[in-house]
Amino acid sequence: MTATTTTLRVVEAHARYYRRTWRGSVISTFASPLFTLLAMGMGLGLLVDREGGPGGVPYLTWLAPGLLAAAAMQTAAGDSSYPVMAGIKWTKSYHAALATPVGVPALTYGHFGWVACRLALSLTVYAVIMMLVGAVSPIRGLLAILPGILTGMAFCTPITAWVAQAKNDAKLPSLFRFVIVPLFLFSGTFFPITQLPGWMQPVAYFTPLWHGVELARGAAGVPLSPHFPWYVHTAALLAIVVVGGYIALRNMEKELRK
Amino acid sequence: MAEPLVVARQLTKKFGEMTAVAGVDFEISAGEAFGFLGPNGAGKTSTMKMIGATSPATSGELTVLGMDPDKHGPAIRARLGVVPQEDNLDTELTVEENLLIYGRYFDLPRAEIRKRIDELLTFSQLADRRKSKVEPLSGGMKRRLTIARGLINKPDMLILDEPTTGLDPQARHLLWDRLYRLKRDGVTLIITTHYMDEAEQLCDRLVIMDKGAIVAEGSPRSLIEEHSTREVLELRFPVGLQEAAVPRLEGLGKRIEALPDRVLIYADDAEDQLDEIHQRGVNPETTLVRRSSLEDVFLHLTGRSLVD
Repeated sequence: MTATTTTLRVVEAHARYYRRTWRGSVISTFASPLFTLLAMGMGLGLLVDREGGPGGVPYLTWLAPGLLAAAAMQTAAGDSSYPVMAGIKWTKSYHAALATPVGVPALTYGHFGWVACRLALSLTVYAVIMMLVGAVSPIRGLLAILPGILTGMAFCTPITAWVAQAKNDAKLPSLFRFVIVPLFLFSGTFFPITQLPGWMQPVAYFTPLWHGVELARGAAGVPLSPHFPWYVHTAALLAIVVVGGYIALRNMEKELRK
Repeated sequence: MAEPLVVARQLTKKFGEMTAVAGVDFEISAGEAFGFLGPNGAGKTSTMKMIGATSPATSGELTVLGMDPDKHGPAIRARLGVVPQEDNLDTELTVEENLLIYGRYFDLPRAEIRKRIDELLTFSQLADRRKSKVEPLSGGMKRRLTIARGLINKPDMLILDEPTTGLDPQARHLLWDRLYRLKRDGVTLIITTHYMDEAEQLCDRLVIMDKGAIVAEGSPRSLIEEHSTREVLELRFPVGLQEAAVPRLEGLGKRIEALPDRVLIYADDAEDQLDEIHQRGVNPETTLVRRSSLEDVFLHLTGRSLVD
């Protein structure tokens, strides 16, 4: 039995689990993006567009791909925090899997693989909503899904690495309070980062969400800054995914094969 | 004679400064029920995890099913069944789904797993719970499901870490009965326990562990013969009076053990000792004559009771 087979079996187990529990996440996956898009894009957008929208496109068109990237961040952070902690410490389902031919690498990559599938699923729904409200054309909407998955994975692997070495869940809420929420607000999702004070703008260059937002926007047809073409964003996100994944695997080995 | 399924030589496990397993030697043969007996913290679980190829040894040699766990972990685990100390079932899933997911980890075809689920649920008396969620099941049912899960790959060897801890007596007896059946069918069982009666009932052979070391090895009967007398006389005194009574018991039996709550006198004929006690004018509140057990062996070897 190869490592690829066991990795696929882990993804399959996640999918089976999701099939039983997806109802609990249906509101956050499907309803909240729709509401945010309607309130912000169409309500606020009317005001913004009076002044001329950012990037020379309607505010809704500008906002929607950014929100898609932010939704990817939130989905990935959610799926890589408490569920990983549960697998290691609470339900110990990771330990159960490790008593079978599944090893720590298959378990870790299987988790990554599943988060990528989850992202693909929820972002497809998101893209369809974007098209339905007229934010983007169908082709552009579909094109934004891939950058969205990459953005989500840039949160999935480092958060998994961090959670794997955490002693308990005491610090998990601060991940959302001090990382996810500020990124959501200040990574150029709702307004261009050029609106930020001068000293804060370079900070944005180091946040994964800003790269994700820009990349998704580019895919959706919004013109990008000439200083940051799409391949710079892609390289930045890929680097985070790879480094995070490496550390995650190392921390999982340490924690699960004591 | 066939090659032993497990061979350990100077097997050691350290966690930083703490030594959990301090150079133990043992062999486990195919078809036997082998026990690791000892109090909490004796190193039983650490030993099980090394045998189960989920925790690397710090030093020493270990061969499981003829392979080195460090190099062939997945191949070894493919042929083992593991029942951990704490049930780690997916409580939000159904009984059937738990078994199905686990079977898939062994890369078994779905049709084959479904066939085995039928058999295993009958075996573990959970057939009517197939579609139930795991969460509301009783402790005994969860334990039986965990055992069923450990059998999904038809393992050569089943590792059970404290299988009946926390179960009520009825649930324990039902579980023991299932384990007898497995043994009868030729499954090698490795069991850790801190219950004497469990070890005596289930194990063909066992080692007694204390503070990471093996202090005795043999069949339950031979261990008792070797390390204890045939019978034991237990004396209980009214609160506060035991201390004064102990010196007056001197010379009785082969050995005297004064525990916090009672005095044990080891002798081949305990009734004789009881007569002698009455002649000496010692009046315990209650007396009990019983056969020696593994608990007495443990007490003798370590100077403490197992429930410490």
